[in-house]
Amino acid sequence: MGVPRSPANRVAPSRPLSPRLGWFSWVDAVVAAGLLVLLYVVIRLGKDVTLSFAPTQVSGIDTDPARLPYYAGRSLLRMFAALGVSLVFALVWAYAAAHSRRLERVLIPALDILQSVPVLAFLTVAVTGFVALFPGSLLGLELASVFAIFTSQAWNMAFAFYHSLITTPRELDELSRGMGFSRWMRFWKVELPSGAIGLVWNAMMSFGGGWFFLVASELISVSNREYTLPGVGSYAGAAIVAGHLGHVGWAILTMAILVIGVNFLFWRPLTAWAERFKVEQSEAAQVQRSLVLDFVRRANWPRLLGRALAPLRETAGRAGRVFGVDDRPFLVDVRRRRAGDVLFTVVTLALIGWGLVSLVGYLAGQPAGLSIFVEPLLLGLATLARVVVLVAVATLIWVPIGVKIGFSPRLTRIAQPVVQILASFPANFLFPLATWLFLRTGLSLNIGGILLMALGAQWYILFNAIAGAMAIPTDLREAMDDLGVHGRRRWKRLIIPGVFPSYVTGAITASGGAWNASIVAEVVTFGGTTLTATGLGAYIAHATAAGDHPRLLAGVAVMSMYVVLINRLFWRRLYRLAEHRYSL
Amino acid sequence: MTLLTVTGLTKSYAGADGDLPVLAGIDLDINEGEIVALLGKSGSGKSTLLRCLAGLIPPNSGTITYRGRPLTGANPGTAMVFQTFALLPWLTVQQNVEIGLEARGLPARERREAALKAIDLIGLDGFESAYPKELSGGMRQRVGFARALVVEPDVLLMDEPFSALDVLTAENLRGELLELWESGEFPTKAIVVVTHNIEEAVLLADRVVVLAARPYGTIRATYDIPLPRPRDRDSTDFTKLIDVIYQTMTGRDHGTPLPPPGVRAPAKRTPANTPLPAAGVDGLSGLAEILQRHGGRLDFAELTDELSLEVDDLLPLIDALELLGFAAVEGTEVRLTSQGCAFSEADVQTSKEIFAPAAIEIPLVRFIATSLANSVGGRLRAGFFRDVLAHHYTSEQVAEQLNVATDWGRYAELYSYDTLHEEYRLDPPPG
Ligand SMILES: Nc1ncnc2c1ncn2[C@@H]1O[C@H](COP(=O)(O)OP(=O)(O)OP(=O)(O)O)[C@@H](O)[C@H]1O
Ligand SMILES: [Mg+2]
Repeated sequence: MGVPRSPANRVAPSRPLSPRLGWFSWVDAVVAAGLLVLLYVVIRLGKDVTLSFAPTQVSGIDTDPARLPYYAGRSLLRMFAALGVSLVFALVWAYAAAHSRRLERVLIPALDILQSVPVLAFLTVAVTGFVALFPGSLLGLELASVFAIFTSQAWNMAFAFYHSLITTPRELDELSRGMGFSRWMRFWKVELPSGAIGLVWNAMMSFGGGWFFLVASELISVSNREYTLPGVGSYAGAAIVAGHLGHVGWAILTMAILVIGVNFLFWRPLTAWAERFKVEQSEAAQVQRSLVLDFVRRANWPRLLGRALAPLRETAGRAGRVFGVDDRPFLVDVRRRRAGDVLFTVVTLALIGWGLVSLVGYLAGQPAGLSIFVEPLLLGLATLARVVVLVAVATLIWVPIGVKIGFSPRLTRIAQPVVQILASFPANFLFPLATWLFLRTGLSLNIGGILLMALGAQWYILFNAIAGAMAIPTDLREAMDDLGVHGRRRWKRLIIPGVFPSYVTGAITASGGAWNASIVAEVVTFGGTTLTATGLGAYIAHATAAGDHPRLLAGVAVMSMYVVLINRLFWRRLYRLAEHRYSL
Repeated sequence: MTLLTVTGLTKSYAGADGDLPVLAGIDLDINEGEIVALLGKSGSGKSTLLRCLAGLIPPNSGTITYRGRPLTGANPGTAMVFQTFALLPWLTVQQNVEIGLEARGLPARERREAALKAIDLIGLDGFESAYPKELSGGMRQRVGFARALVVEPDVLLMDEPFSALDVLTAENLRGELLELWESGEFPTKAIVVVTHNIEEAVLLADRVVVLAARPYGTIRATYDIPLPRPRDRDSTDFTKLIDVIYQTMTGRDHGTPLPPPGVRAPAKRTPANTPLPAAGVDGLSGLAEILQRHGGRLDFAELTDELSLEVDDLLPLIDALELLGFAAVEGTEVRLTSQGCAFSEADVQTSKEIFAPAAIEIPLVRFIATSLANSVGGRLRAGFFRDVLAHHYTSEQVAEQLNVATDWGRYAELYSYDTLHEEYRLDPPPG
């Protein structure tokens, strides 16, 4: 019914014109040089990727700190390769799901499960697979590493883009069809821009999470073999084996610089640039700023480049017409459609059924038979207990602190980027140090494992508590002050309801991260000593190291099941509660 | 010459029993050289009809032809102007205007020339390289016009193009549009404009088509407007036409006898044939108070002026008062009944006491209340009522009906609704 009315039609101030610069200024030179260097580095680092090696031998990592920049570059290259692959995957997957009624029914639930599967358990499978694919070359390992990082990023991004595709505003859909856009034009002019902000922010968050998998995948032992890729993660590993604490310190420093640098030089400019894709029609009060972007914008060549590329865009637009016109014809052949549906369903079910049958056959053929699932199910309870304790304790500690920070704009400005970086910093990097500490103090890994898992996971709770507290309107807080509502009553009436929705989001991420981390946190090594905790993570890690595929399969399946079930039974409900009752 | 022809068009949306009609038996011609206004209450299917003309939604039966050829998909001879502008914020004004030509595969040079001409025509010079978010609402809608006109469609379709603008801007833009149309420079041959503003319809159109909402959208009446342009709002011909159309729209022109105040028609009313108007308790008691302040009676025109509301926002409120027996409509006048007077004067508690017995007479409210009384524990899931209503309403309409029934029932303290569990509960609980 209601007709949306915009309250006012104010004239927004026009944008400041950029100062007219000469055809080629020093800014251009610097930016161009920067790009040239980047290109060089990529080529230089890429050359070594195909270096041959014999998988049986631990490739040497030189722990000379002077080699660190090179290793850092290799690691970075992997991260960006994974980001690129994730982006392509996300676009294709989401597009297919959003535009095909049939595929949607398969792709979206699949994504939901994939998102809950402990990525680290895949790593070992991937390593064996890729190494077999490229025998005698580092390329297999590189691909396995890229794949591991990819699996930690792609699902989020695909979901984000899918969501924006299916919520394309109705008018834009009508515009596209009414004007006879080609499908390519609809994608390029409407769908991709509408989804850009969601994609960029999700990619940034996932990229932060990806460092963890980078470190995990650079140094890995599968089937009693050590696999090593040159990178910061493996450098730190080698330094620990060699017992050089100083070198470990350098590695940590390098890692910190990487995380912060990528944020400053890549993500900040990108998020600031993506502001132009805001659909909101009015100028926002707070905009993302980036020094780097401002600098690049002052240069002339991006504009010149844009003009030079115009013919290319034209050609792409024209070529894109082969994908057909965005139209929904009135007449659909119902019989043909029905037949297609049936065929699709039958083929899908047949494939899944065939897979299940062969899986059960495989497991039943093993000595343990199907009772192989009993042990991981029980061990899962131990890991579950750890995750629960972790989330509970982190909540008790970080929510009050987060609220304090979120209520103070000054503290927020300082704390938010710091927490974001802490969350990005790969916690497994610090595991060896913590292990050393456990060895010295004699703390059992059964307890210490919780600490290790918390090292990475807790920040999501803090981060979201801050965000939630910031979202509580100031006038509400002032009203509570006026009414003299303090202490516990204030928490109950204002703070908990206000922070809750955001907190739930953080807690889901934290618990998911903790499950994943258990695979590397329940078995740790320092020097020659190995500590093991009782839990599903350790079970999977052992199965991996021993190359025991049936157990690995059972472990991964059980862990996925735990995560999915807890998400469905617990977190989803809290989420609904948050949405309905507590949204401000 | 006839550009668009609609014959026997019906359009339905899915309900539980199959399709529920939103439009039925529509016959309409759009001829060269005319402006046609589609007028009707909210939910009467104006936008749906317009989108059928554009070939954006397929009709369930009947045909739409463009220059004699039946449509099978998007209409090649139309272009649309949207209420919310629908501009692409990441493109400049010029790129936005060019987009239709780009879709047709025109080379860059030609696109540019045509776009600049349209920009010039519509008064957007100097804004070519601005982004939509830098523009005021009026300027944005100009971009919307330019974008539609640049492809030189035979028929320009507009869905409430001025209703998101403030009054002065709308007036100005409407004036310019008419001037352009009269000047003969206008690149289209006909205009179809959807509006819920009667005055706007009479100002713009050569022909006003009034759609009736219930039980489904049919053409209730068509009026030719022979007045010369520019039209004088204060002329007697103009106001007379407006009065006549007002009465048609509110459905009081067939001499349907009104039930005497306080006495309601016998119990044949059901949730299916008595839809609740989209009016909250706050709105309808506000309207009752205003009527009370003016001695209990007011003319439609006075009311719209007084409140500076569109009929579209006002009609549901009047319908609601009438349904509750708080007001009666005679001709173009709304009059409070004695109950209505009492309701508008009472304090909160008393007004609830007056509202409750009136509300329980409303079929849907009564249905919910009695179902709850007969259920175990006085609780029922909203899904139950949704299923029942789904036989008579589309899903969008079901949501709206339940919304209003919830609001009224809560205020009357007949039942409460728990959003989290999507559950209705008897209020107070039984036992
Ligand atoms: N996609 C849909 N699914 C189900 N019902 C729909 C859908 N679109 C519209 N309707 C229903 O069809 C009826 C007509 O809708 P339409 O938008 O055409 O009305 P309108 O006259 O343009 O109203 P308004 O003045 O509110 O824009 C409404 O009752 C609406 O609830
Ligand atoms: Mg409409």
